[in-house]
Amino acid sequence: MSVDTQKGRPDAAAPAAHPAIELKGISKAFGPVQANKDIAIRVMPGTIHGIIGENGAGKSTLMSILYGFYKADAGEIFIAGQKTAIPDSQAAIAAGIGMVFQHFKLVENFTVLENVVLGAEDGARLTPSLSKARKLLTELAAEYELHVDPDALIQDLGVGMQQRVEILKALYRQADILILDEPTGVLTPAEADHLFRILEGLRREGKTIILITHKLREIMEVTDTVSVMRRGEMTATVKTAETSPEELAELMVGRKVLLQVDKAPAKPREMVLNVENLKVVGEKGVERVKGISLSVKAGEILGIAGVAGNGQSELLEVLGGIRNGTGRITLNGEEIDLTGQNSDARTRRARGIAHVPEDRHRQGLILDFHAWENVGFGYHHDAKYNSGWLMDNEALRRDTEAKIKKFDVRPPNAWQTAKNFSGGNQQKIVIARELEQNPDLLLVGQPTRGVDIGAIEFIHQQIVALRDAGKAVLLVSVELDEIMSLSDRIAVMFDGKIMGERLPAETSERELGLLMAGITDTTRDVPVEEIEANLARKDGATP
Amino acid sequence: MTLPKWADVVLIPLINLLLALFVSGLVVLMIGEDPINAMKIMVNGAVGSTYGWGYTLFYATNFIFTGLAVAVAFHARLFNIGGEGQAQLGALGVALVCLALPWPHWTLALPFAILGGAVFGAAWAAIPAYLQARRGSHIVITTIMFNFIASALLVYLLVSALKAPGMAPESARFPEGTFLPNARDVFGMIGVKFARSPLNVSFLLGLVACFLVWLLLWRTRLGYEIRAYGHSEPAAIYAGISPFRITMITMLISGALAGLMAVNAVQGEAQRLLQDNVLGAGFVGIAVALMGRSHPVGVLIAAVLFGALYQGGAELEFETSVPREMVLVIQALVILFTGALDNMVRGPVTGAFLRFGRRPGATTKAAE
Repeated sequence: MSVDTQKGRPDAAAPAAHPAIELKGISKAFGPVQANKDIAIRVMPGTIHGIIGENGAGKSTLMSILYGFYKADAGEIFIAGQKTAIPDSQAAIAAGIGMVFQHFKLVENFTVLENVVLGAEDGARLTPSLSKARKLLTELAAEYELHVDPDALIQDLGVGMQQRVEILKALYRQADILILDEPTGVLTPAEADHLFRILEGLRREGKTIILITHKLREIMEVTDTVSVMRRGEMTATVKTAETSPEELAELMVGRKVLLQVDKAPAKPREMVLNVENLKVVGEKGVERVKGISLSVKAGEILGIAGVAGNGQSELLEVLGGIRNGTGRITLNGEEIDLTGQNSDARTRRARGIAHVPEDRHRQGLILDFHAWENVGFGYHHDAKYNSGWLMDNEALRRDTEAKIKKFDVRPPNAWQTAKNFSGGNQQKIVIARELEQNPDLLLVGQPTRGVDIGAIEFIHQQIVALRDAGKAVLLVSVELDEIMSLSDRIAVMFDGKIMGERLPAETSERELGLLMAGITDTTRDVPVEEIEANLARKDGATP
Repeated sequence: MTLPKWADVVLIPLINLLLALFVSGLVVLMIGEDPINAMKIMVNGAVGSTYGWGYTLFYATNFIFTGLAVAVAFHARLFNIGGEGQAQLGALGVALVCLALPWPHWTLALPFAILGGAVFGAAWAAIPAYLQARRGSHIVITTIMFNFIASALLVYLLVSALKAPGMAPESARFPEGTFLPNARDVFGMIGVKFARSPLNVSFLLGLVACFLVWLLLWRTRLGYEIRAYGHSEPAAIYAGISPFRITMITMLISGALAGLMAVNAVQGEAQRLLQDNVLGAGFVGIAVALMGRSHPVGVLIAAVLFGALYQGGAELEFETSVPREMVLVIQALVILFTGALDNMVRGPVTGAFLRFGRRPGATTKAAE
């Protein structure tokens, strides 16, 4: 089927009698965890329907059931009024459902065209399918601003462009219903806006779009209807025009939440961290940090904004003693060895640098250790956790009990294995461990990634409290909202360099978004193509 | 989903073992023997007399050391399958110590023999460890190659420098002052009759080693670092734990433990250096560590079990037409069921626990 036949359906955009998708009584359990509990939802055709909920609320499970990855324990699926069984993703595609995953499923060294056709070839010979797809791509590009060079290799494209290929793949398979899972996580604000324009174009053509996200702002901006999930249940479905972010947050968490960080103006004092001309060479010999300089004073939070993969991780790791670099770094006026010869993460800690790493699963925690073993992680040489030759496990457990209480870790069980805590509570364990060391400098990366809203509020308060106690904080986050609300100063990183520093009160998301794409002249009107080209060039620059 | 600890460490290995024995029974049936009778002979042969116990525990002592060697390395996610070679070198170390002096009494010789076995075993493990830590050469490949080198080295020494007069490629007999008291002497002193067997004081050394390994892994900073490194290398680096240092130290400890096996096999029994002093115990150690879940108590139990299998298997061969290789089949099946097919049992057992062990409230609380 070509685009023409899709457009040829006259009643597609008109109000239909049947919902595009209707789910009735969907339940799914994994062991004792009830991921979905008696879910009912109606998605009307030609609308953008948002599904919002915290991590672990069951959004992804529900969509996986709809896409045939999981089989529901109970319940029925109706597509356009027809009861439909979706045992696998082939059936989902046949039913007109397309899915754009958070992590793209593209073949890196294939062209855009080849990726679009892959798995949906018409016959043994590839050429007819390819030329058909090429024609379709040109039409779609014109119609929905879905511009992609059909002959470009995926590995040379930026993430925004790759996402568009995923959407094209779904449209090529004649999807009438498009599900997008956290689509803006990796996009700059301008790219996200462009994506939303595409989605609106698709809606005008009668497509139905389900948008899964945890960002309230996006829900408010683009959706017609929004469903809220909490703990496996669908707690509410409301018209977006008739609700507010505050109400949605409350529905998600089950109690009132402060969406804004409550903080007094910073009172910066003496210089704690000074970085001059820092360079870091990463894997494969590529320079990831290209000579940056910055400083953090006691009593202030310096936020580093940027799209993931622009050198922020390497910056944190060098400061935390995990990587080597060149340049000059001083802490409280004393130089830090960057060669790795006589310093590592342990000596950094001894000098008063605490580090909440970006990836708590990979670095911050030993997931198979008990909570109490993790509380000593990195500080296990401290005298307070040892008595002579042996570790003082009793002392460690007492300390854990205290930290669990103070940071409200749930369940309050020092013997629980780290992997069995929720994301937010895992992060609280890491934050408790690092903050309670009373460091001079706190390095904190993605403090609230995969953390539920209730815990976000608490973690933000703790970071601000550390600042108010006169400590220096270096914050790295890809969430612009978080950078804007926590930081006292903002530096934007792009391609291993700092593009500029701004004060939160004197900048905007738009300006920061442009800096994140390496565009320093922020006064002019920048087309989204230029932003994408910039980001792609950066990515493509890796040899 | 996690099982209760007791189910994880007792129930599942037990089910695995029973499955392995069941399949072994089928194999015995195919040979044309009665599996029930074979089982009786094996059990009786292994633990039915002090003679049987003597041999069972003698073998078990070897397996304790090689099992601990594999287990310690496992905790750092290092797969040391070079226990065989490290124990051969340990044998060389023990022999050199025993032959060096006309030792007046075993109590003097033993500490030095321990040192000799440990140092030689550790040194043999150090080379693959260094290659892994610095050059990234995979330790599975290098340790297994070092088994062959060790075996060739011993053959060379036993036909040249260490060869005793005579036909056999073996060393001179150790001086009498190095002979370790065996179980018969020790039990005889307290008036208990114990049949003649190679079981000697090294068994007690094995028990001490179990305790020390437990202490190391769960009570010291080094053990904490070894376990942390084994679970996640990036996390270890984040915590300031050096992968190089942990790889080296862990493999040195592992090699030393394997080398200590020679105190039992060479000083305790053979009383001379032979071409093959290990007789596959290095490989049995892998099965023992797998079945013992890399915990010293588990290793101890599994080692005794494998000791009984070895001794019972010998009796089986003696009394029936079942060949001794049957023990290898059972051993292979145990490895298959405890190692490779572990999830086959784990899944249903976990499911059963969820279905029957579910207490209202308890599980929902844990899920939060």
